[in-house]
Amino acid sequence: MSSTARDLVPPEARAPEGAPVRRAKGGRVRRLSGRDKLVLSLMVGIPTLIELTLVWLPTLMSVGLSFTRWNGLDLGAIRPAGLDNYQYVTQDYPPFWPAVQHNLLWLLFLALVATPLGLLLAVLLDQNIRGSKIYQSIFFAPVMLSLALIGIIWQLFYQRDNGLLNFLLGTAGTPQAVDWFGDSSVNIWAAMIAATWRHAGYVMLLYLAGLKGVDPSLKEAAAIDGANGFQTFFRVVFPAMRPINIVIVVITIIESLRAFDVVYVINRGTNGLEMLSALVIQNLVGEGQVIGVGSALAVVLLVISLVPIVFYLSRTFGKEGKA
Amino acid sequence: MQLFFKGENMAAQFDASAAGYPSRRTILKTVGVGAAGLAGIPFLAACTGGSGPSATGSDSPGLTFGSGSSDDVPKRAYQAVTDAFTAKTGKKVTTNVVPHNDFQNKINSYLQGSPDDTFTWFAGYRMQYYAEKGLLAPIDDVWESIGGNYSEALKKASTGPDGKLYFVPNYNYPWGFFYRKSLWTEKGYEVPETFDALKSLATKMKADGIIPIGFADKDGWPAMGTFDYINMRLNGYQFHVDLCAHKESWDQQKVSAVFDTWAELLPFQDPAALGQTWQDAAKALEAKKTGMYLLGSFVTQQFTDPAVLADIGFFAFPEIAMEGRDAVEAPIDGLLLSKKGGENKAARDFMAFLGTAEAQDAYAAVDASNIATAKGTDTSKFTPLNKTCADTIANAKYISQFFDRDALPAMANNVMIPALQTFIKDGKMDVKNLETQAKTLYAAQ
Repeated sequence: MSSTARDLVPPEARAPEGAPVRRAKGGRVRRLSGRDKLVLSLMVGIPTLIELTLVWLPTLMSVGLSFTRWNGLDLGAIRPAGLDNYQYVTQDYPPFWPAVQHNLLWLLFLALVATPLGLLLAVLLDQNIRGSKIYQSIFFAPVMLSLALIGIIWQLFYQRDNGLLNFLLGTAGTPQAVDWFGDSSVNIWAAMIAATWRHAGYVMLLYLAGLKGVDPSLKEAAAIDGANGFQTFFRVVFPAMRPINIVIVVITIIESLRAFDVVYVINRGTNGLEMLSALVIQNLVGEGQVIGVGSALAVVLLVISLVPIVFYLSRTFGKEGKA
Repeated sequence: MQLFFKGENMAAQFDASAAGYPSRRTILKTVGVGAAGLAGIPFLAACTGGSGPSATGSDSPGLTFGSGSSDDVPKRAYQAVTDAFTAKTGKKVTTNVVPHNDFQNKINSYLQGSPDDTFTWFAGYRMQYYAEKGLLAPIDDVWESIGGNYSEALKKASTGPDGKLYFVPNYNYPWGFFYRKSLWTEKGYEVPETFDALKSLATKMKADGIIPIGFADKDGWPAMGTFDYINMRLNGYQFHVDLCAHKESWDQQKVSAVFDTWAELLPFQDPAALGQTWQDAAKALEAKKTGMYLLGSFVTQQFTDPAVLADIGFFAFPEIAMEGRDAVEAPIDGLLLSKKGGENKAARDFMAFLGTAEAQDAYAAVDASNIATAKGTDTSKFTPLNKTCADTIANAKYISQFFDRDALPAMANNVMIPALQTFIKDGKMDVKNLETQAKTLYAAQ
């Protein structure tokens, strides 16, 4: 695997790297001095402490708060609420189920359209075509753009009266003009296309790195065995990129769960663009704060997110165990 | 999330987004809130320790003033007020200007941390809530000197739930129908006095190929204005504020009647409402695509062409069933005194100063888009439109503050926005569900 590829893959996903790891695992020979131990425990301890205080403690507090009623003012005003907040969220809060559906739709769309598109771009750009670097930069640019800019760019496309899309359709300024952002039956699709525009570039870059890391001799061997281009790719190259594939699967799932920025820019996640993450923000941040309900929503999102995370960790650690 | 008023554009929406990335960060947020709460303990403890009312307090050389009026014009306007105060009394005012979205979003932790002595805020439930939590200092003594400058309606709007006064109004702006006079003269339309007249006028406009009522609800809040007015005209002002404060149930015939009445108006409101902002709808009115537009008077900021501005007329929401047109929706902006600021005599002096025509004239000299609230302010520079707006407020017996100021912010933002947007789409409202949600949210406060 090339160094670029390695950098893009989180450390857990990397193949165990020979010597140092193995020696540590052997562990029979004690070569660590007291000083080493101190350094090691500091190096492990500090990040663990940070992780505990900044991630796990808040998570647990959030879980705790989801079973209470609190106005966010006086700590004495925290009252237990049992499962009321969860009941409220699932039964009485109209945007909740649409949000769950939209998150699922988002996941399907990213998995079936955006991710394959990114893979396709990567394969095409891996062919040593002229100006490949320029294309790569172009496709990756959306990933780097700020939220505000994305909002403006898509506004230009989707506007009802003078947007590019309605202009191309010839409906601009007529009553037939589609209100891409305002019509709740189409705006989720408009938003998903905007999300694809970002996601595909990201996936492309990861796969490009993955493709560079595939040993060319594998392809040669496949060619000698008489495999055509498709067979070479799907039977040999794609399976060889397994670590990247897992990363991509996880990224796709996580992206669909935290889908937030695009809908937030459009209309703050209302009117057909409800998303779990937007609802969490709506209920936790700012004046509309209802801490119990917001925490319950956050916990729901956390539990859903845990599924792919656990899957990912068990895949990577399980593999290391076997190695 | 606060609602966006006055001169804000889409960019304002991005403010909160940096905090936006969900799950992990969201949880961090929660704890941030928790941490703010923790930080608040010693402060709150200190409060209960010395709870004796120290209305007069010590005479200090100056005061701090927290301002959410961060846009250029209002910022300079408040600067003019503080300068005038310093010139008059020799007391120094340290102003801390915070971008208004941030100011509103962080008000909870602001008031519990170390707030400024006095700060800009709104009348209504949004003020009463913090008064009830003991985070504000009552200013009845200040009102003894400035009470004569205000109408009864304004005094009522400045009163907390305990009957004490907390708020000094600076300016307000009425909500009502705006229209282009030239279009109306040309087509022979007449200002409707009753709801039936409004409907027949709208029918006529529709036949003329004009969208009768401009309407925008992409941001969610503008539709609340229609709700407020129909509710007040149908059920009266008192019922409206009681409903907003959840002293009345949402699940009753009176509330359903509001939505039934609104449903009669819905076919005349711009069908593109959900995709446009209030600024877009203002442009449609300017272009004579819509016949009239129900919004706050801040809509006039959009009409940069003086000729168009001079052509804008205003009339109050027509009468439906009760109280004629006694109630007007006119959100009031002004000053509050924080608990800590209650100890500072200079801060009280400053609030008393804002309650005079002198201070409000200084403000209006810079920011003329609103209407000063104190009696005796200079009206010589008023345009005819300003005058109509001012008269509408002056003649009102009751002043409502707009739904998001009269109700719990969570009710306005989390419940009403999605509910009204759904109503605009299909004309149906589940009042039972509104009540269930209201119960949970108000119980959490």
